[in-house]
Amino acid sequence: MPDLRTEYLGLPLRSPLVASASPLGEDLENIQRLAEAGAAAIILPSLFEEQILHERQAHLHYLDYGSESHAEALNYVPSATAQQSLIGPEHALRHLEAAKAAVEIPIIASLNGHTPGGWCDYARRFESAGADALELNIYHIPALSESGAEVEARYLEIVAAVRASIQIPLAVKVGPYFSSPGHMACRLADAGADGLVLFNRFYQPDIELEALDVRPRLVLSQPIDNRLPMTWISLLYGHVKADLAATSGIHSVEDVVKLLMAGANVTLLCALLFKRGIGALQVLERELQDWLEDHEYDSVAQLRGSMSQLNCPDPAAFERAQYMKTLQNFVPRSEKPFYY
Amino acid sequence: MSAMQSQILDANEAVARVAYATHELIAIYPITPASPMAEWSDTWASQQQPNLWGDVPRIIEMQSEGGAAGAVHGALQAGMLTTTFTASQGLLLMIPNMYKIAGELTPMVMHVAARALAAQGLSIFGDHGDVMAARSTGWGMLCSNSVQEAQDFALLAQAVSLRSRLPFVHFFDGFRTSHELNQIALLRPGQMLEMLDKDAIRAHRQRALNPAAPVIRGTAQNPDVYFQGRESVNPYYQQAPDIMQGVMDDFARLTGRTYRCYEYHGASDAERVIVLMGSGAEAVHETVDALCARGEKVGVLKVRLFRPFGAEAFVQALPASVQRIAVLDRCKESGASGEPLYLDVLQAVSRHASLRPEVIGGRYGLGSKEFNPAMIKAVFDELLVPQPRQGFTIGIEDDLCQTSLPFDPDWQIEPENVYRALFYGLGSDGTVGANKNTLKIIGESTTQWAQGYFVYDSKKAGAQTISHLRFGPSPIRSSYLIQKAHFIGCHQPGFLTQYEILDKALPGAVLLLNTPEGPDSVWEHLPRSVQTQIQALQLKFHVIDAHSVAREAGLGHRINTIMQTAFFAISGVLPRDKALDKIRTAITKTYARKGPEIIAQNLQAVEAALSHLYPVDWQGKTLGQRERPLTVAADAPAFVREVTACLLSGQGDRLPVSALPADGTWPSGTSQYEKRNLAHEIPVWDPDVCIQCGKCAMVCPHAVIRIKAYPEAELAHAPASFKATAAKDREWQDLRYSIQVAPEDCTGCELCVQVCPAKNKSVPRLKALNMAPQAALLEQEKHNWDFFLKLPELPRERIHAGQIRQQQVMQPLFEFSGACAGCGETPYLKLLSQLFGDHALIANATGCSSIYGGNLPTTPWTHTAEGRGPAWANSLFEDNAEFGLGLALGHQQKQTSARQLLEMLAPQLNGERVALLLQNPLADAADVYAQQAAIKDLKAELRALSDPLARELLALADALGKSSVWIVGGDGWAYDIGFGGLDHVLASGENVNILVMDTEVYSNTGGQTSKATPKGAVAKFSAGGKALGKKDLGLMAMSYGHVYVASVAMGAKDEHTLKVFLEAEAYPGPSLIIAYSHCIAHGINMRQGLESQKLAVKSGEWLLYRYDPRRRDTGQNPLQLDSKGPQGRLEDYLQDQNRFKMLFHSQPEAAQRFLKEHRQELGKRWALYQHLAQPVEQAHPTEKGASQNA
Repeated sequence: MPDLRTEYLGLPLRSPLVASASPLGEDLENIQRLAEAGAAAIILPSLFEEQILHERQAHLHYLDYGSESHAEALNYVPSATAQQSLIGPEHALRHLEAAKAAVEIPIIASLNGHTPGGWCDYARRFESAGADALELNIYHIPALSESGAEVEARYLEIVAAVRASIQIPLAVKVGPYFSSPGHMACRLADAGADGLVLFNRFYQPDIELEALDVRPRLVLSQPIDNRLPMTWISLLYGHVKADLAATSGIHSVEDVVKLLMAGANVTLLCALLFKRGIGALQVLERELQDWLEDHEYDSVAQLRGSMSQLNCPDPAAFERAQYMKTLQNFVPRSEKPFYY
Repeated sequence: MSAMQSQILDANEAVARVAYATHELIAIYPITPASPMAEWSDTWASQQQPNLWGDVPRIIEMQSEGGAAGAVHGALQAGMLTTTFTASQGLLLMIPNMYKIAGELTPMVMHVAARALAAQGLSIFGDHGDVMAARSTGWGMLCSNSVQEAQDFALLAQAVSLRSRLPFVHFFDGFRTSHELNQIALLRPGQMLEMLDKDAIRAHRQRALNPAAPVIRGTAQNPDVYFQGRESVNPYYQQAPDIMQGVMDDFARLTGRTYRCYEYHGASDAERVIVLMGSGAEAVHETVDALCARGEKVGVLKVRLFRPFGAEAFVQALPASVQRIAVLDRCKESGASGEPLYLDVLQAVSRHASLRPEVIGGRYGLGSKEFNPAMIKAVFDELLVPQPRQGFTIGIEDDLCQTSLPFDPDWQIEPENVYRALFYGLGSDGTVGANKNTLKIIGESTTQWAQGYFVYDSKKAGAQTISHLRFGPSPIRSSYLIQKAHFIGCHQPGFLTQYEILDKALPGAVLLLNTPEGPDSVWEHLPRSVQTQIQALQLKFHVIDAHSVAREAGLGHRINTIMQTAFFAISGVLPRDKALDKIRTAITKTYARKGPEIIAQNLQAVEAALSHLYPVDWQGKTLGQRERPLTVAADAPAFVREVTACLLSGQGDRLPVSALPADGTWPSGTSQYEKRNLAHEIPVWDPDVCIQCGKCAMVCPHAVIRIKAYPEAELAHAPASFKATAAKDREWQDLRYSIQVAPEDCTGCELCVQVCPAKNKSVPRLKALNMAPQAALLEQEKHNWDFFLKLPELPRERIHAGQIRQQQVMQPLFEFSGACAGCGETPYLKLLSQLFGDHALIANATGCSSIYGGNLPTTPWTHTAEGRGPAWANSLFEDNAEFGLGLALGHQQKQTSARQLLEMLAPQLNGERVALLLQNPLADAADVYAQQAAIKDLKAELRALSDPLARELLALADALGKSSVWIVGGDGWAYDIGFGGLDHVLASGENVNILVMDTEVYSNTGGQTSKATPKGAVAKFSAGGKALGKKDLGLMAMSYGHVYVASVAMGAKDEHTLKVFLEAEAYPGPSLIIAYSHCIAHGINMRQGLESQKLAVKSGEWLLYRYDPRRRDTGQNPLQLDSKGPQGRLEDYLQDQNRFKMLFHSQPEAAQRFLKEHRQELGKRWALYQHLAQPVEQAHPTEKGASQNA
């Protein structure tokens, strides 16, 4: 039987199949089911510092809303609940502790900070609560006045500051929208990232034509979405001093295999579990074993990075030539192939 | 004890601490001003705090005070140490059980925040009307006069009750004591335990009903023994005063605080003595000291033990030198030879005094009427005149029967070393909260003693608050409002112009004004009279633009920290640097649990406040010509100008008795004269974008956005800025169409903008209604509004009442109420008033709707230009359905009599008219208006007849018209306290319409749980989330089969709501509409209230349906489901509201559990409703057509 074991952020894992940060991780029962289904590790849903600040402001507003206005109703909230329900990271920390107690597999916390102090403060709290590693979910739409260099500097500053604050392994999840994503990945690793999660998918709202409104619309990833991380993982493999985690568009065993071949240490699963349920994880693990067996691979380690730019038969294929080839082979539905 | 060793509390909290510690079971029900005692108890129980014996007391909320009394009676019979809290009508509801509890010699204490009773009007404020109504129940009655005494007497009452076996009412003045913040020495648990007689507790338990030692209690007694049985208790009452004094003596040994049942204070050779009880005794105490210092021979005798009245001990407490006594009662017993305390004193003196001083009685302080040293001096002065007045009043001007004593309002005794500060703020700006914080800062961290009292006006939105703060070197017993202050803070710029404020400033006082004007420009914006006062009083005048500072500091409209900082900086109450250090420390401490960013924001606000605080140099400035604006328009009716205006300007205390209606009958339609200018922004109509759907007017809670359709010719004299467009409705092609906003009445809630479905195609963030700053629009829109009002109403025959776009041109007869901005209830009432208002009789249960609907100074129920409109009355909280039924039956009886008279007089009258009047089916609006016109003509005919029957019919003729009886109220009434009556009225089959505005909580008293509160919602008395689901009132009503029942949510489906109102009114039997009403107590953004309603329906939490028994006639199932059941995520609804959301933060596991259960229950309910609503054939496949059984 092929050896599925791998290592990510220094954590030995039973397989490269990791449950990505998603609402599934909010529920302790789901966490137990994920572990039973074979998840190698679980990344908990991100703690958003900005959301905590916003909710705290809103909560405090409503505690006082309408108070001290009318002699018969000097307030509307029972003081016991008001005292107990102050909003902070405590619930996320308690949840982390409960998850750690409930399952044997590594639990990775995920953090989206908002203030310079907040990133480090929350990171320390997660470490104290027992997280096996921390994933920084850096998600930010830059202002029009902000230059690319400024954005990059801020990313690096955050990573360095958090790295200096905690001892546990640190992963950084970023989007692909840098002028030179590969160079940025290397700088993030130099700043202290033990792992890179490629890539974050940015929220893209949609326009409602009838309502003339802009609405958030969550679109789950499609298999095609794994091509971008595959490209950059294959380019970075062997060149960056950090582990690589692939995320987005992992829906089949073929997707997992391809990303591992590109160089990923682990594949992070989300949409698949939403679409097919937590049990899909078990199926995927069996399919991975079958695939490796069918194709006579001994282990994931043997597979990993085999098709990266470093090791693949045609390294240039991952660079500009690939673009040319793609276009050349593209056949519009109603037309014959055309050639330059 | 020094001030620093004490704690600042109000009496409600102080009493609740003792009651909670010394009891095992507490039955509660909310009622102002006693509710906080129950709320504290529930809070501590939810925190698992133990009582003296280590147990967590069981707190049980009942459906009414009557229920609470029954529950405590039962618990007492089980041997429990049991208490309850109440006031006013609540105490009246307990009276039957009080007789039983006393008759059975059961020890118990009930704590009462004494409050006026509803008579000619309701009053939530303090007097002794309630406790006096219960004085014959056989309960002991112990009165405390201050916050310290309230705490101490709570324990003394418990101790004496256990030892004497008499139940005791412990009472203190509602608001004046219950809500006054003062410094007190707290009782320690060990002290409390020591005061409670263990043997007496054991004996109480042994008397409990116990199957192991069975007894019979509550027999029915015959004439042979009942009388003797009543007399058998006498020894217990005879001993009680001595036991009471013994308990007080024990208490003194334990705590150092000495009390007497009848406590005299004053000159040892006093010739004139005032006798009274309650907080007023503290003011008399102060006045006696001041008068004695001037050599007068006066004193006060404070009655603590009112029942059993210890006549002998009372007389012994009087100084032997006394020649004249004035007994002051804080109640009114119409028709009696005197008020209760006066009669007791008269009897005591006549039986026990060796000398016979002259005793007079008088009334004071009813409904929290002010009672201050000037009035007290007038009473002492009256005791000097040769023939003092019997049955006098003090504090009012009785020009009707000349009972009132004159007093000099400028006579004052407040010592200069007591620092006095007055703050005028808005409810929403944080002023009161900041002042409570200031009291704690100074009172608990300096050697100063502190006292705070807060006065609120009657509006729910934009309410004015006045804070009275005193600081002094010794305990403060001044139980009256500040008359002259060292500091005046005016936190809203308009108040200085609107109200007389500076007449309360001492010469040289500090005036702090929050205003957007700077130190150089503010002067010219002040009215001349204010400028004159500032100069004459040589005020130290400062300004600050607190709203700008708050905005910049990220504090929104909360100006509390800024104004508090400014007070500390310039008041001189503490040295400036020390004061500012203390406020910074207090901010860090107060906001510690709220997060570092909140602390930082507030500390930043402190610094910003200091740098934006400017002195105003008014020396040498000339006086301007600005005058104060008129309170009401010059062309307002005489009553409004003479009475209402006085109330509006804060001068109601000056109205003489003759100005008031004797029977509590007030004119309707007065809210139109109160221009409150609350909105910073108001909606502006864009006719080019508008699709004329009418939704904006329908949802407006305050009827400030209105629609008219009218002939073009009416625009001949329109102001240039008045907007009109062609009416889009095909039936109104000949008409112009306008939407107009009342700029001074709008509260700026934005519901109209939120509901507007029409978006500007080029800039979709703009709609047909868009908010814009009010100030720039004010003058223009005032003229437009006046013009709009003069446009004619569209005749009813041109309006399809069943289509919102047409129906909303109907004139609302409910307008500009004092409800919260964005209120979810008032749109329903307004709709009712539009559809049926001109022939509606309304019975309104006590609650939010009776307050915003009927709280003086102005009332929103109004009338048409012809003088027709809703006739409205509030009886009580618990009896509203029965009251409404009585109205309906009364009208039916009158109609029957009128028809008989009409038939008898028919030969003398126009035959066609008589036929119409007798045969009109009154089935629709056309019939109703035809009847009204015929009645008008009939009256003219009758006036010309000499037949005496014609005069009789003239008096009854209006009853020939249709009357639509509406019984309205909230869920507290319908689901809880009034449910029995509601059920009976539904069962009666009579033709009444019942509207339940369901906010799912007792909104008016501050958000206590009702049986309408849904599962998982946090409310008072459900601090850990309501464990059980909402009662299905509609399903219960449907079970009768003959009741029209509907559930509506205007924000979710407005056409459905309209249809239901029309169907319910047309149904010739009882109809019940349960209307989802979003509420400030839900913890929602009130601008999003309609969205909340949509989410409620989408989640299946709220169902829309109609159960119309008439459908059986056509073989249909009476029940129609008008919503689709659970469609969206329940979480989306719950997370939208803080009442649910906060549990996810405080007790996430419980919240998740509730969520799962809630979801399952909603699913089951939907399945049940779907089953019930199945088509008849499907439900009864073998009984096709047997619809009567559906």
